[in-house]
Amino acid sequence: MREIKASDITNTVARLFEHSCHYLPPDVVIALKQAKEKEKSPVCRDVLDRILENANIAGKEQIPLCQDTGAAVVMLELGQEVHITGGDLYTAVNEGVRQGYDKGYLRKSIVNGPCFARVNTKDNTPAMIHTDIVPGDRLKISVLPKGGGSENCSRLTALSPSQGRQGVIDFVVNLVSEVGSNPCPPVIIGVGIGGTTDKTMFIAKKALLRKVGEPSPDPEVANLEKEILEKVNNLGIGAMGYGGTVTALAVHVETFPCHIASMPVAVNMQCWCSRHEEAIL
Amino acid sequence: MSKKVTLPLNDEVLKDLKAGDNLLLTGVIYVARDAAHKRMVEALDQGKTLPFDIKGATVYYMGPSPARSGRVIGSAGPTTSGRMDAYAPRLIAQGLKGMIGKGLRSQAVKDAMVKHKAVYLGAIGGAGAVISKSIKKAEVVAYEELGAEALRRLEVADFPVTVINDIYGGNLYEEGKAKYQVKAP
Ligand code: SF4
Repeated sequence: MREIKASDITNTVARLFEHSCHYLPPDVVIALKQAKEKEKSPVCRDVLDRILENANIAGKEQIPLCQDTGAAVVMLELGQEVHITGGDLYTAVNEGVRQGYDKGYLRKSIVNGPCFARVNTKDNTPAMIHTDIVPGDRLKISVLPKGGGSENCSRLTALSPSQGRQGVIDFVVNLVSEVGSNPCPPVIIGVGIGGTTDKTMFIAKKALLRKVGEPSPDPEVANLEKEILEKVNNLGIGAMGYGGTVTALAVHVETFPCHIASMPVAVNMQCWCSRHEEAIL
Repeated sequence: MSKKVTLPLNDEVLKDLKAGDNLLLTGVIYVARDAAHKRMVEALDQGKTLPFDIKGATVYYMGPSPARSGRVIGSAGPTTSGRMDAYAPRLIAQGLKGMIGKGLRSQAVKDAMVKHKAVYLGAIGGAGAVISKSIKKAEVVAYEELGAEALRRLEVADFPVTVINDIYGGNLYEEGKAKYQVKAP
């Protein structure tokens, strides 16, 4: 049994949110630079330049990359040998969100009563927490401040198994075409295939934590990622929808076994401002 | 090349703006997003006046992050404009001339822009840090209790935008896409 203090969890969550809202992950910066080289439209190359300049200024002057510092998504991998002391896990995580959003001058964007009064909770809690229990004595914390603009372009559907691989491609490509400039392209597209619908959307979101453009280890899945990416980029939407050849930086597909009658597919859409960070305690 | 434009917008200026033009705006813009729009339209429904003069005004769809002390504003990039589509035609009919945001607009908004001569301008989504540098002054003018969603008045200098919809029905989203689309063989 290894002990981890609740206060260490709080401090870590706070630091991760504050930091991730000011610094783009290095792999995202590299992907944006590569996009600029590939982009044929001068208008979109200008947009990508501004985006890279923004990343620079955000870190240097401590201004959040984007004013939408998101809903606080937290994914935990909790080793079963861990014992948390001095408080409970979820209270510690939410306290970390509260402190990080306050100290980091991040926007508080969570409202209570989603279809009623919509009153701001004023500290960006509650966090959206997902926990996996895993072997070992560590706690891995991944944070993903998720903006509303791209999240609103996410979709879940239940395809018929007969629609197969082509059905998945059509669903994703049609969605990207429909939402156009809304999710702040160039986007990163998380796709979940299989599971039950709850699982499907979760693996689509989890796919966003992958290094941008890193292919799936499964060659069949990697091939599908490649084909969807090509089709999406053929749409011509481009950076910010101004017309160009790079609409998506990457497509990350995750799969899970599913029921004989089902083939659920989920897209979790992520903007170019793909902020996420992790720490291991 | 960017064209310098001094606000407020008027029909004389608007007639020279075409979808795809890059502009640098200087002058006053008002900031409002979902909740402030709802209140403004409710005010109109009740026959009340709006908290600012909408004739010739430009509205920016935005909800900033909090300003650090000594700073004018926090991060200040555009939000998705489509959520304001339910309210925009009402405001355009009242004299609103410019809207700044990101993302697609409804047919009703596009029709209103042509009918009443107004434009939709795109700012780069997610580039809130660099955009904030062109905001020189910010103050809350109404609905303070809405926090990030309060109605604000900004003074901007060389604020960068791209014309998405012009008064002639031009649409950069469609024209740009058509240019770079690769049709399946
Ligand atoms: S979609 Fe992303 S980049 Fe665009 S405004 Fe929302 S959080 Fe920011």
